[in-house]
Amino acid sequence: MTILPKTNRRDFLKLAAAASGGLLLGFRWSSSAAATEDIVQVLDDTTALPLDTIDFNSYLSIAPDGIITIFSPNPELGQNIKTSFPMIVAEELDADWAKVKVLQAPLDAKKFDRQLTGGSGAIPHSWERLRKAGATARQMLMEAAAKRWNVSASELSTDKGIVLHVASGRKLGYGELATEASRVPVPTEVKLKEVKDFKLIGTPIRNVDNAEMFTGKPLYGLDFHREGMFIAMIQRPAAFGMKIKSVDAAAAKAMPGIVDVVTFKNNVAIVGKSTWQVNKARKVLKVEYEAEGAIESTADHDKLFKELLNSKDAAVKRKDGDVETAFKSAAKVITREYQCPFLSHAPMEPMNFFAHVREDGVELVGPTQTPEMARGEVSKLLNIPADKITLDLTRLGGGFGRRLKADYVVEAAELSSLIKAPVKVIWTREDDMTGGSYRPAVRYRFEAALDAKGMMIGYKLRGVGINAGNTTREDNFPSGAVDNLLIETVDHQSPITTGAWRAPITNFLAFAEQAFLDEVASAANQDPIQFRLALLDKAKQSPAGAVKYSIDRMKAVIELAAEKSGWGKKKDVAQGFSVYFSHRSYVAQVAEISVKQGKVTLQKIYAAADCGVVVNLSGAYQQVRGGVVDGLGHALYSNLTFKDGATEQKNFNNYRLIRMKEVPDIDVYFVNNGIDPTGLGEPALPPTGGAVANALFKATGKRLYNQPFTKQEELKGVSLGERL
Amino acid sequence: MAQYKLQINGRSYEADVEADTPLLWVLRDNLGLVGTKYGCGIAQCGACTVHLNGTAVRSCSLPVSAVGTKSVTTIEGLSSTGDHPVQRAWNEVDVAQCGYCQAGQIMSASALLAKNPHPTDEQIYTAMNGNICRCGTYHRIREAIQLASTKMK
Repeated sequence: MTILPKTNRRDFLKLAAAASGGLLLGFRWSSSAAATEDIVQVLDDTTALPLDTIDFNSYLSIAPDGIITIFSPNPELGQNIKTSFPMIVAEELDADWAKVKVLQAPLDAKKFDRQLTGGSGAIPHSWERLRKAGATARQMLMEAAAKRWNVSASELSTDKGIVLHVASGRKLGYGELATEASRVPVPTEVKLKEVKDFKLIGTPIRNVDNAEMFTGKPLYGLDFHREGMFIAMIQRPAAFGMKIKSVDAAAAKAMPGIVDVVTFKNNVAIVGKSTWQVNKARKVLKVEYEAEGAIESTADHDKLFKELLNSKDAAVKRKDGDVETAFKSAAKVITREYQCPFLSHAPMEPMNFFAHVREDGVELVGPTQTPEMARGEVSKLLNIPADKITLDLTRLGGGFGRRLKADYVVEAAELSSLIKAPVKVIWTREDDMTGGSYRPAVRYRFEAALDAKGMMIGYKLRGVGINAGNTTREDNFPSGAVDNLLIETVDHQSPITTGAWRAPITNFLAFAEQAFLDEVASAANQDPIQFRLALLDKAKQSPAGAVKYSIDRMKAVIELAAEKSGWGKKKDVAQGFSVYFSHRSYVAQVAEISVKQGKVTLQKIYAAADCGVVVNLSGAYQQVRGGVVDGLGHALYSNLTFKDGATEQKNFNNYRLIRMKEVPDIDVYFVNNGIDPTGLGEPALPPTGGAVANALFKATGKRLYNQPFTKQEELKGVSLGERL
Repeated sequence: MAQYKLQINGRSYEADVEADTPLLWVLRDNLGLVGTKYGCGIAQCGACTVHLNGTAVRSCSLPVSAVGTKSVTTIEGLSSTGDHPVQRAWNEVDVAQCGYCQAGQIMSASALLAKNPHPTDEQIYTAMNGNICRCGTYHRIREAIQLASTKMK
């Protein structure tokens, strides 16, 4: 993997920074053919062009003082991309990290490719191009030094921002070589490092925004201020399935600091000079609503789930072998059902966006996971070409999938166009919790057929969901390991809005599946880990249908978790096991629960992850630990229920998020296999619920089927995880 | 509307606001001190934590009229150069993920350590129970408090 066949010359562009000297290297992230055509002409006459006319992208610049500036294009919401992306460039560049400066790039669809945060995909997607970018600049710096010293570049080496000629003891800093390097032709072939030679990648590097975050500098969308802007809040329908019948805004308009009350679509916007004045005026706003669609409650969903689980109409997602015969011939059949509620994404920074729709264009500023989509929707709504719309990204105070939707960006733009003024729309926590886009509620039925030897010969899964799309991941384990298998899904269309919530579908499916397999292993009188390993061996030796996950990688995390947790060797704790493959990566977990004088305590969770090469050990370690905490907190506590189309929980007083005293110790281990990174934003979350439920069974003999666990009959009197 | 004289971060500020305006929104909207965050508005998440005469309070639920002459410290004023032992510890432990809750976490932690420089784990859990971190950085917050504890004079 060291020498790339050929770097497309058009992938890179060097430019001398006109005023200050130095090297300015643009590396193209986009790979569309159309863009390449544009660039050919540009390249023919490169150096003289002002930067903003170049159809190349993000610049890596090296100033004469040795400071290296790297733009980070993707939205940063706590996944640490703003630190990890530049680390990859700096690694191949052999830069001195202390001299690297990182800047958040604005939306630029021409320069950047996949400028979004979602699907744990940024690092896997950009890994190679970031490395090439760094390696290309390094090679040019070496060429420049070779020329100056009149030696062959092959005699040179680099270290921490310095080019060295070991034979003569000469050395020059990158800053000193930058201007000369800018005159070297862009190499067509670059040598990438061997994984074993990485110096920066794999080490713990602190977040580049630490100083700003810890001293209270304005970083987030809610902190954004523009002179003359208004603050607005929007009253949305009181329940899903309702629309506005009448609005009486007279009292609200008369309140101090209020400049306007505007009704559009199903929204009533209160526009004013300060947040508190807007908030107060909102309390005297009178809006009547009427039904326009189904008004649903959680009780309706519970009933519906049971009907749909037995419905004749289901979409078949995967079918292998002959399930009917397998279940008829089975020595033992196990059937279990599992259900989860809706969840709020509840990022700590509520939704907000700044918009200024002017005659000549639109300015958008704020936190979004999908800037390009948000701009596209604004462009469509206002009929303004996308190239007249700018979007600057702030840091995101969490996302968890909520900010993949552009509703709150579009409404800010729409409001600005209506009031013809710059405005920042702010959602309160109540708006966020009642206003939609939730993790969908889902119910599963699993069925397993065991033969007389305890081998799983048949497997059925049917998932039913409320606006959940496909409730299954039909090609995930144990598909491929069971000869007769049927995976089906049923979706119910509801006015309640749903969306991707961190580790979509698998955030609950993994619990249900791993808790179920634990029961099946138990019914087969097998150790839960051995049971899974036997299934994986079967998938390897005689696969049933396609196997779309790596059997070896899954086995490796299982074995690492078993080893680190001392699986089966501990007498004072009950251990529960879980493993899941999602978003290209593999995570196995072991939870440990102690029972002392009747007190049941979740003591520890071991997590073994294979995400390929770990880029930033500090960020990655916390990403796994945070994922486990997220999975645990939502499995234990969080619950969003509906009554007459409205959520019964409106804020953190009755929508519970996990707190410090409720988290167990969490140890994280990574498989070191040198595989190109496969993503880590989500994969640590799905396995946690299963590991905890399976440990609880070992400790107490009680099985958990529904989330949140703390609301279940089985957990009455059990204060799992409380440290006080 | 009324004029309020406020002592914040060792400086005097004036704000012309309504009496029931929470200190949080005076800080953010009127004084431009946006380090103090809005998270829930009902004193449940701790993102808005500031010090009032050295005690950690939730500024989202504290009307400006109740502040009086008490001195307010926000994250911007915790230290003049960002090197309060708690801030240094937060950096060394590399606590944050999204970072949005961390100003509030730091203010709760620094109020705890000012009163009790060497807290037990239980004392840390109690003092930090009002601060939610949605990303789940709790282990690092605890570790940073323990590290800061060794740096306190």
